[in-house]
Amino acid sequence: MTAAPFVHRETAAPAWRDVPVAPGRTAPVAEATPTRGAIRIENVVKVYGGRSGAVTAVDGCSLDIAAGEIFMVVGPSGCGKTTLLNAVAGFHDISGGRISLDGQVLCDSARPQAPRGSDRVVVFQNGALFPWRTNLENVIFGPVMQRKLSKRDAIDKAMDMMADAGLSGVEHSYPAEVSSGVRRRVEIVRALMNDPKVLLLDEPYRALDALTKSVMHEALLRIYYKNKVTIFFITHDLEEAIFLGHKVAVMTTRPCRPKMILTVDIPHPRDYSVLTSKRFRELARATSAAVHEEALKAFQSGEREG
Amino acid sequence: MNATAKGAPALSFARGVVSIAVVLLLWELGARSKHWMAGDLSAPLRATLGALGFKTSYLPCVGAAPPPTGVLRSWAAILTDVGYWQSWAKSFLRVSGGFTAAMVVGIPFGLLLAVNRTAFGVAFPLFEVLRPIPPLAWVPASIIFWPTQELSISFVTFLGAFYTIVINVVGGAKAIDVRYFQAARSMGSSRWDLFRRIILPGTLPSIVVGAVVGMGITWEVVVAAEMISGGGSQIGGTSGGGLGFFIWNSYVGGSYEQIVVGMISIGIAGFVSSELLRLLGRRVTPWLSQR
Amino acid sequence: MSAGQTPAAGGGRHRRGAALTLHRASAWFRSSRPYLMLTGFGLFLGGWYLAVEVWKLPRFAEMPGLTVVVKEWLSKDPTYGLSLYTPEYYQHIGRSVWRVAQAFTLATVFGVPLGLLLGWSKRFRDYVFPLFELLRPIPVLAWVPLAIVMFVASESAVIYLAFLASFFATALNAMLGVESIDAHYVRAAECLGASRAQVFRHVILPGALPFIFTGLQISVGVAWFSLVAAEMVSGQYGLGYVINTSYSTVRYPTIIIGMITLGVVGYVTSAMVRVVGDLLMQWRVRELALRGQS
Repeated sequence: MTAAPFVHRETAAPAWRDVPVAPGRTAPVAEATPTRGAIRIENVVKVYGGRSGAVTAVDGCSLDIAAGEIFMVVGPSGCGKTTLLNAVAGFHDISGGRISLDGQVLCDSARPQAPRGSDRVVVFQNGALFPWRTNLENVIFGPVMQRKLSKRDAIDKAMDMMADAGLSGVEHSYPAEVSSGVRRRVEIVRALMNDPKVLLLDEPYRALDALTKSVMHEALLRIYYKNKVTIFFITHDLEEAIFLGHKVAVMTTRPCRPKMILTVDIPHPRDYSVLTSKRFRELARATSAAVHEEALKAFQSGEREG
Repeated sequence: MNATAKGAPALSFARGVVSIAVVLLLWELGARSKHWMAGDLSAPLRATLGALGFKTSYLPCVGAAPPPTGVLRSWAAILTDVGYWQSWAKSFLRVSGGFTAAMVVGIPFGLLLAVNRTAFGVAFPLFEVLRPIPPLAWVPASIIFWPTQELSISFVTFLGAFYTIVINVVGGAKAIDVRYFQAARSMGSSRWDLFRRIILPGTLPSIVVGAVVGMGITWEVVVAAEMISGGGSQIGGTSGGGLGFFIWNSYVGGSYEQIVVGMISIGIAGFVSSELLRLLGRRVTPWLSQR
Repeated sequence: MSAGQTPAAGGGRHRRGAALTLHRASAWFRSSRPYLMLTGFGLFLGGWYLAVEVWKLPRFAEMPGLTVVVKEWLSKDPTYGLSLYTPEYYQHIGRSVWRVAQAFTLATVFGVPLGLLLGWSKRFRDYVFPLFELLRPIPVLAWVPLAIVMFVASESAVIYLAFLASFFATALNAMLGVESIDAHYVRAAECLGASRAQVFRHVILPGALPFIFTGLQISVGVAWFSLVAAEMVSGQYGLGYVINTSYSTVRYPTIIIGMITLGVVGYVTSAMVRVVGDLLMQWRVRELALRGQS
């Protein structure tokens, strides 16, 4: 690819073509093919009626997420990707289009807001562990509230899952007493306790330092390999996206729409050595110009972070 | 998380109006039946409460209160009375005097405590020990000490607001993010600069909050002091007047409607002063309202 | 960061419970703070003593001196009738405390649910908040005559006045407490399958508790404020009554004794509320301790 000049061109943007699997390589596939958690986003539109007039956050966005896939959404801050996640989770309504999960409609024009539920659990950017509960009490919250498990059973299951995630020893501490890396993992375990179809992650590692982040990535992958839940992961970090995901969607700034979709044909299981591999660099080069172009646009319009 | 989600503001307004109307209606009906809550009309209620072990004499006898219509009539009559407006003026003067004194002394004192650790160590424990003593308990001591009645009331008024303002100023100054200081120092600020450009503006929101709350307390104290000195106890004196005195006088003179008129007047006066302060506060801290 | 390790926050050692208190107490003693504090008290008491009894400044002519007050307070047979040894002293204290306790309890029982509802349900807020805000600006003491008129027993009038002040403070703070809860916590709970009632009980209630307890401390202070005023105007027994009558019967040292007692009792009741709050909210205490406060 030719190097794009360091200037924002209003006219005739290059047509971004999706990057499919390269010849001679195989598409990455999860081992035991999961059957649930496929999300279909069709032509979703979201318009906010703001103080300074209507803002179109998402316009005609269509994405297909396969069951059990790690789907990464990359874009500059404030471009509307969180809006998409919120629509899937049921926190916002949509102004047009349709979102379905495993063939069943979550929201469309007839019912603009999806119901909230534990089949699509969200892990938030700044963390939403309840500070008044210990880590263990946080983790058992979901099944106990829904009366799916008795408290004793929930505690047993929680202890197992936390041990799996490398969290033994912090069960009886409060979230404020542990580091943010530990908190993130606790929150992910809390989500997974509910056996969800989809795990929605809203820039969960944004506030972590780079070293902790790389360890967290591996931890997330380890958890994923055990659970094979569909992951919908929003980030602004392209390398994080390519490292973790099966597919990476680069989104445009407002209005949000997929600019290009990259299929990451590096096989799973992956570890940090992937980051310096040749294929990784090639994939990054193929997408970084697209990401950079959107970042410039967002920078120049001075978007306030969503 | 709050309850002010989207929804027609007109609906909220309508609901508010409805509930106030309902309460006024109940008040009117209750006041007309002279024995509401204390007589035959509420016999079953009193029986059940008595059975549960409550002393029914503790229930209010709303029947003895004047009805809203009576209050309005009385108020219309008073609006032309000069004495009424003089009471307003007197109370306002007292409130402004005490409040201004509290601000003038309290803000620098609070800032000193926040900035200088020795001063804080010496003065704050003493301050905290004196604070639980209600300002009104100071009235007799104040009368003994100050030469005139008016000054003694002003002192008590001053005390009420003083505590609140100092607490808020100290809290606000301490809450200023240390990084602002570091940023300023790295750009070469002197100590005076730090004070003027970081501490002062940083504490301003807390000063405003302290002022608004302090204003409310000042009204409470002024009204109480006016009542106490105007009648009701032996701490009497010739200098009275003001809305508190007006209320007490109405009670003593038996015109219950005027009591309520006085109460509402004070409520309005207090509300107006607080709102003025809040507006002033918003002017002084423009950066806060642009969130 | 290896798996399973609890990263140490602030020092590498986890002090819990009594060890933490002891450590803080000894650190306090070793600092200069107790000496500064004593200096402050010393200056105040010394100034009082000097002004009244040594220099005999004209303004302070009629003020009771420090030694007089202290002697009176500690004497077995006080000249003016009240000291630590007289039973009436404790009767008055008991009366006032009992009144505040009743007022505070009523205010909490009514105010906390009301405030929580005001914050949680928009409907409820629409109906009730305008009424609330109309009544709130009326100074509690402006209610005195009306209360005397409405309440047949003057005891309940006094309690009502203290209740009113507490009630508004408690309800307002409870409402603010609900509003202060980050919306993300509610969303997280809903994601995890909690019903609306469960969200209220498991998220709103514990989340608002810190604010509620701050409100309760304010409420105790405000209750004392109103009680004293009410007792001064229309009470029998009670510390406010004591101060009032001591003035009119020219027993000046008793005034000071009354004031000091009020201060101590007020502080103790406020501290009791704070201690209960700390017990209920261990998580908050630890969080604040980690941030270097408390």
